[in-house]
Amino acid sequence: MSDKNDKKKTERRDFLFTATAAAGAVGVGAAIWPVVDQMNPDASVKALASTEVDISSVQPGQSLTVLWRGKPVFIKRRTDQEIQKAREVSLGDLKHPEKDEDRVKKPEWLVMLGVCTHLGCVPLTDKGDYDGWFCPCHGSHYDTSGRIRKGPAPTNMEVPKYEFVNNNTIKIG
Amino acid sequence: MSDHEYTPSSKFGKWFNDRLPLLSLVNHLTDYPTPKNLNYWWTFGGILTFCLITQIVTGLVLAMHYIAHVDHAFSSVEHIMRDVNYGWLLRYVHANGASMFFLAVYIHIFRALFYGSYKAPREIIWIIGIIIYLLMMAAAFMGYVLPWGQMSFWGATVITNLFSAIPLVGESITTWLWGGYSVDNPTLTRFFTLHYLLPFLILGLVVLHIWALHVPGNNNPVGIDIKKPSKDTVPFHPYIVIKDAFALLMFLIVFAMFVFYSPNVLGHADNYIEANPLVTPAHIVPEWYLLPFYAILRSVPDKLMGVIAMLSAILILAALPWLDTSKIRSAVFRPLYKQFYWILVADVLILGYVGAMPAEGLYLLIARIGTIYYFAHFLIILPVLGLKEKTLPLPLSITEPVLGGSPNFATARDKVEKIS
Repeated sequence: MSDKNDKKKTERRDFLFTATAAAGAVGVGAAIWPVVDQMNPDASVKALASTEVDISSVQPGQSLTVLWRGKPVFIKRRTDQEIQKAREVSLGDLKHPEKDEDRVKKPEWLVMLGVCTHLGCVPLTDKGDYDGWFCPCHGSHYDTSGRIRKGPAPTNMEVPKYEFVNNNTIKIG
Repeated sequence: MSDHEYTPSSKFGKWFNDRLPLLSLVNHLTDYPTPKNLNYWWTFGGILTFCLITQIVTGLVLAMHYIAHVDHAFSSVEHIMRDVNYGWLLRYVHANGASMFFLAVYIHIFRALFYGSYKAPREIIWIIGIIIYLLMMAAAFMGYVLPWGQMSFWGATVITNLFSAIPLVGESITTWLWGGYSVDNPTLTRFFTLHYLLPFLILGLVVLHIWALHVPGNNNPVGIDIKKPSKDTVPFHPYIVIKDAFALLMFLIVFAMFVFYSPNVLGHADNYIEANPLVTPAHIVPEWYLLPFYAILRSVPDKLMGVIAMLSAILILAALPWLDTSKIRSAVFRPLYKQFYWILVADVLILGYVGAMPAEGLYLLIARIGTIYYFAHFLIILPVLGLKEKTLPLPLSITEPVLGGSPNFATARDKVEKIS
């Protein structure tokens, strides 16, 4: 090994091994990626990205559940009391602090994914300790703004992208 | 492997065996020296092999009639039940077969825990066993999704959502698993594919499990090393074969009782309602064999920590050969361990019970105590016990307590003292 020529030869071999291994790893990675990525949402799933809902028949205090991307969306027309209750809460009492004002576009209409952020069950409307929603699976309580107040769920129920097309129609997605 | 060289008697046999030593393998399996004191708790390996083959055969024929599509899955299962010749029998054997499989595997695991079968030199057998157990749970879970009933759908939703607890990439992983934004048709088709694949992976691991077993040979109720072959062993065939066959027959009586007299008692009525993504059943419970782990998941009030606790409860078993510091294998000679063993059995049964109950009030409290005890058993009690416990003297051979004419271990102890 003390011989200079030997040492030089070893270095050249090392380089070849490393270069071959690196090129091989990139090649294997490129070959595996399509096999992995085929499991992600396909074009037909993504195409169902938005849905329009007629909300003209919903009275104050009532709510509507519609299916969007395979998930339920709650559209709740809140009463003045419920809005007031949601706005009185101080942010310090919240596990996931969010102002009610930031969760709605019109105070009367609360639109959110009806999916418990714990393990994905559909919470029951007008139930629980905070008169909002209650998840029967593992006991998460949400308030009238859909914010998590008690139980294992880590975050508030998610507000999807939506807009009011006109006074009677909401477009989700 | 057997200690003697095997030569087939026929000329053709010899010619074939020289080219592919299949006959040597068969000879090894039949002559395999087995401790002669194995009790009936050792028959569950054979029973489990039977269960695996039953699941593969019934599953294969069910797949000929089942349609993995959200619009047809539920009705194709009803079609199997009503129209397909003997479809009801095949499906009930497959569905109850899963439960019987787990019943047998739990007895098999708790036998290993009692007699210390996981200890050196059998750690690899044990770890392969734990991997098989994990794959069994995955296969059973995905199989339960296929009928596309309410419990199928919501069970799948809850379990796949466990992955969303992973920080940063959790959501993307869940979407990737679903192939969409919720459990839907892409999820069903991939679960069907994997449900079909996993049993064959399990079969491969079973071969490794048995291979690894045949290197040191079986542990035995006394838990001491034995010479093989010797007067302490009997050949696998016919002695163990006939004993295993008898035990299997007894097991089949229980199996048949479920299949023919109460085929739905282990299932859940909600799974005869077709999946509805808008309504969650009031009370989601997994199949009975997953309940202790479900109780552990729910006993932790934090999402990520709950998932970690549940996974650790299973994976901690893989570290068992190193957590148990005692050199003595069999609980027969470990008076304290024997008591803690039965407390653990009770703890797991209690966790299973509260896992089926709503997660509130007293049930939640019991689940929390049970969870803490479960981990304490493996992380505190076992390591300390191995160092502190006063064990009973081991006999010199498995023959000695019998031929010595006395079950009193004092005889054995005297002899040990005389020798040393």
